Amino acid sequence: MLGFIAARLVKAVFILLAILVLNFVLIHAAPGDPAAVMAGEAGAADEKFLQDLRERFGLDQPFTVQLWNYMKGAIQLDLGFSYRQQMPVAELIWDRLPATLLLTATAFVISIVIGVAAGVLAAQTQGTWWDTLISSLALLFYATPLFWVALMASLLFSVVLGWLPGFGYQTIGANYTGIDRVLDIGKHLILPATTLGLFFTAIYMRMTRASMLEVSRLDFVKTARAKGLRNSVIQRRHVLRNALLPVITLAGLQAGQIVGGAVLTETVFAWPGIGRLMFEAISQRDYNVILGVFFISAAMVLLFNLITDILYGIVDPRIRLTK
Amino acid sequence: MRAFWSRFRQNRGAVIGLIILAIVIICAIAAPFLFPRSPWSMVQRPFLPPFEMDGLPLGTDALGRDVLSGLFHGARVSLLVGLVSTVVALAIGIPIGALAGYYGGLVDDALMRFTEFFQTIPSFALAIVLLAIFQPTLAYVILAIAIVSWPPVARLVRGEVLSLRNREFVEAATLSGQSNLRIILRQVLPNALPPIIVLASLMVATAILLESSLSFLGLGDPNVMSWGYMIGAARTVLRTAWWLSFIPGIAILLTVLALNLIGEGLNDALNPRLRKRTS
Amino acid sequence: MSLLAIDNLSIALPKGADRELAVKDVSFTLDKGEVLCIVGESGSGKSMSANALMGLLPEGVTPSAGSIHFENRDLLTLSDDEMMSLRGKDISMIFQEPLSALNPLMRVGDQIAEVFEAHDLLTPTERRKRALELLHEVGLPDPDTTIRAYPFQLSGGQRQRVVIAMALALEPKILIADEPTTALDVTTQAQILDLIEDLRMRHGMAVLFITHDFGVVADIADRVIVMQHGEVVEAGEAETVLLNPTHAYTRALLDAIPGLSFRETMQPANTPILSVRDLSMTFTSRTGGFFRKPRVVKAVQDASFDLYKGETIGIVGESGSGKSTLGRCLVRLLNPEKGVVEIGGKDISKINGSALRQHRRRIQMVFQDPYSSLNPRSRIGTILTEGLIAYGTDKITAREKAQELLTLVGLDPSAMKRFPHEFSGGQRQRVGIARALALEPEVVIADEAVSALDVSIQAQVLDLLADLRDRLNLSMIFITHDLRVAAQVCDRIIVMQQGKMVEFGPSSQVLGSPQTEYTKSLLDAIPGKAHEQALAAQRELRQ
Repeated sequence: MLGFIAARLVKAVFILLAILVLNFVLIHAAPGDPAAVMAGEAGAADEKFLQDLRERFGLDQPFTVQLWNYMKGAIQLDLGFSYRQQMPVAELIWDRLPATLLLTATAFVISIVIGVAAGVLAAQTQGTWWDTLISSLALLFYATPLFWVALMASLLFSVVLGWLPGFGYQTIGANYTGIDRVLDIGKHLILPATTLGLFFTAIYMRMTRASMLEVSRLDFVKTARAKGLRNSVIQRRHVLRNALLPVITLAGLQAGQIVGGAVLTETVFAWPGIGRLMFEAISQRDYNVILGVFFISAAMVLLFNLITDILYGIVDPRIRLTK
Repeated sequence: MRAFWSRFRQNRGAVIGLIILAIVIICAIAAPFLFPRSPWSMVQRPFLPPFEMDGLPLGTDALGRDVLSGLFHGARVSLLVGLVSTVVALAIGIPIGALAGYYGGLVDDALMRFTEFFQTIPSFALAIVLLAIFQPTLAYVILAIAIVSWPPVARLVRGEVLSLRNREFVEAATLSGQSNLRIILRQVLPNALPPIIVLASLMVATAILLESSLSFLGLGDPNVMSWGYMIGAARTVLRTAWWLSFIPGIAILLTVLALNLIGEGLNDALNPRLRKRTS
Repeated sequence: MSLLAIDNLSIALPKGADRELAVKDVSFTLDKGEVLCIVGESGSGKSMSANALMGLLPEGVTPSAGSIHFENRDLLTLSDDEMMSLRGKDISMIFQEPLSALNPLMRVGDQIAEVFEAHDLLTPTERRKRALELLHEVGLPDPDTTIRAYPFQLSGGQRQRVVIAMALALEPKILIADEPTTALDVTTQAQILDLIEDLRMRHGMAVLFITHDFGVVADIADRVIVMQHGEVVEAGEAETVLLNPTHAYTRALLDAIPGLSFRETMQPANTPILSVRDLSMTFTSRTGGFFRKPRVVKAVQDASFDLYKGETIGIVGESGSGKSTLGRCLVRLLNPEKGVVEIGGKDISKINGSALRQHRRRIQMVFQDPYSSLNPRSRIGTILTEGLIAYGTDKITAREKAQELLTLVGLDPSAMKRFPHEFSGGQRQRVGIARALALEPEVVIADEAVSALDVSIQAQVLDLLADLRDRLNLSMIFITHDLRVAAQVCDRIIVMQQGKMVEFGPSSQVLGSPQTEYTKSLLDAIPGKAHEQALAAQRELRQ
């Protein structure tokens, strides 16, 4: 198991390095002067400023030297400087990262818990109206644009009904402390996290349902029935555990989508995370920030992947004991 | 073919999906004839609510543009982007998956590492980066979507090819002196086609969602009217003119839903369950 | 009063199935301590009857008439709860596929303990103790370790023993065994049959044994029921049915069993057509990423032999013995690690690419699985002509040739236009043979070519192969796990064990007076030898 985790970690490091190379290539592949790209709209017109940049980043040096310097910087978490915000990119991201982690992790957990529970219910009531209802909802959620449902949810629950705050991370100027502050953040979190998780809830519902029905047909379930076990025990102990394996794999693969979706949700709900930061950077053409956020979100995805891999190893002895 | 259609027809949802999609396609084709004026041109006062004026059944937006015209022209963009980006993604994913699955070994390792890399990167974020750096023209939007959506194709095709490549009929073809390329094209891929078709129909749906999300963020082609752009432009007036966000969203939802329903119908029709065994 | 009495049982299939009833008007009884065998080919309804007994019929399949009386109760009228408390306690069942019959995520001991839990018996500690005793009783080595093992860590035979331990846990009155040894090697099969027999004697339970193999029947049955198309066609004492069958179908099934009779050995010609020297193949699999040593399996080690024109050599052995790997190296589906494969004087073991493609037609293969050996999306005509066209024959000549071949293997030339799924397993295998012959190979390799077929079909295909060999003077290599089949068609036999050729010689010598323990154990494990002897005795009496 330790070897398995170590192998995964090594792989994650390689992927991170590859993403850095990709980032570097993208800056240089962009049409026009890389210095202008890096400066963004902030100083593209100022020739002296560009010359400064070229010297500072060694843009006149050979390509490989530039790549080496870039990688060296990135490993020390130097993700460049935002001329728009007049701050190092790493610092900008560092400020906003906790909010995004909170949002995406909550959405991840909500979607898995609700998705799996509903999927199990649908599989067990196969053919009844419960099943039809859950399967239809899954289809609907799966087809709903994330940003649109976020807009409509904030319109309905915040503007029309006034039940929940539809804006920001906490009540501005309230200065809550302790448990009040937690509750306040929690209230702000509900809408963004559920809308972000909605699409993935649909995926887990469908996957769990299909997987449960698939496993129910396997031979060992027949063996369990031949033992005289109660159906509820068979479902829980034999069917569900096996059916969850593909769901865990899928959850790992979908982690990247959730992080990507955060850009949309954070934009709609003005959630002060790195997604919102990216949106602002897009409109300002602040390339260093865009690439920095891209790098950090990839790192987050790798973290989520690592967690699901370990989870898989815990559930499946074949992975745990042979790898 | 007839058997395929009769199985497809049994899935009521799929038929409904097909009808919705047909309507969307008709709208897209009819757009330049029904609304010959540019959807960007101002036709009336801004914020005209729906059902208030003849000739403008869905009213106007914040700049006095015809919402219905935007909807029709938007259908063209959505379908075009969905279709072309899926074709491009298939053109990248199928060869990579087929080569990896057929040759195995080092070729497989290298190609799958490459695929895994692209699958790990948060795809939406990568699309944003690509479009932020290159100009957001329609061609680049399509390319960006294709670049982030081919990995599942490659994985699926590899899996199918891997299981097919050791089937005895493929081995028999090897023994009968057929070349590798011919075996891949004639023996292996035709048998891998059904799941690829199903995946492709779902990918068109996902691509439409992706395009609308990118346009919503302002990363779409600024010269073409799209549903995502309409919602993005109306976002700031959500409180006063909610229908401007609501209506294009319904259009996206219905189109994507229709494609998903069709995908399920295709799945039922192309991959019928193994006949129940009796012994 | 019998322990179990089934009267006029009929089982209905869902609408749209190929027939209305899976089982029609079946009646039989089972007494305490006896072994009753239900025999039949696939689709005869033998498994359905057993599943009905357990209340485990697949969805949509329901008993439509009759009764199943067990201890004065009709099982068909019991509620789900009553049936549940009966299952595993009074009647237990073991299944065909030991590899998939256990939950892959649960330890073996927990799965056995679950049987007690299901019926609310014993404390957790006692359950564990009993599980250990049971593992010991079914003859698993080192029960203390096995109890903590996961199924994937055990072999097929060991898993079947675990399943039997679970079935025995509550000392049931009836054990239903549904083809429990079909997926196992002969030697393992013999061990499992011994185990079932031993446990029956000790616990006095009745056994309902479902099988397609009359050899197994001869070894274990007290009484026999023969089923065909869902109906009982013959029933009676085992000896009577086996030696004096009355129904034509039973006779056909019995006749189809290949006996251990040898073919006359032919005189070898001067020069071999295929010459194999020191052929070796090693598989290396990377199982654990960077940090583990790769697993190395020496699948074939230093195989050497000559095949002469018109001769048939059999390669026999259990699964994992390397016999199929050897075959695949010969036709170059695998690249041998070292050694020489000379066909007509040309070494084909190292050539590649187009050089190899030129020589491929000289050695062709007939495959095992008639369902996966034909491309489901190609017409038979395409399947038969593809090879010829690849070698430059024009389309019209290729089609004429394909039609001739179809006639040769006993199919109608109109089959050209049809797809594989329109044919039965036996017919597909005939197409497979025609395809192998299309390129006029010098050597044909048949890899378990009849193993996937029902016995009666098996006999027909074997006859066809023998007939073609004599008519076309084919040189064949016949790979099989079935010694009886090998004895019937082969001039000489190679016995393989763990990648090595342990014995090689004329069939009558290798199988008649085996030189190695391994060959002897394979021969001893063949089910139905007692029956063979009885048959021989009967023949002598009649003369």
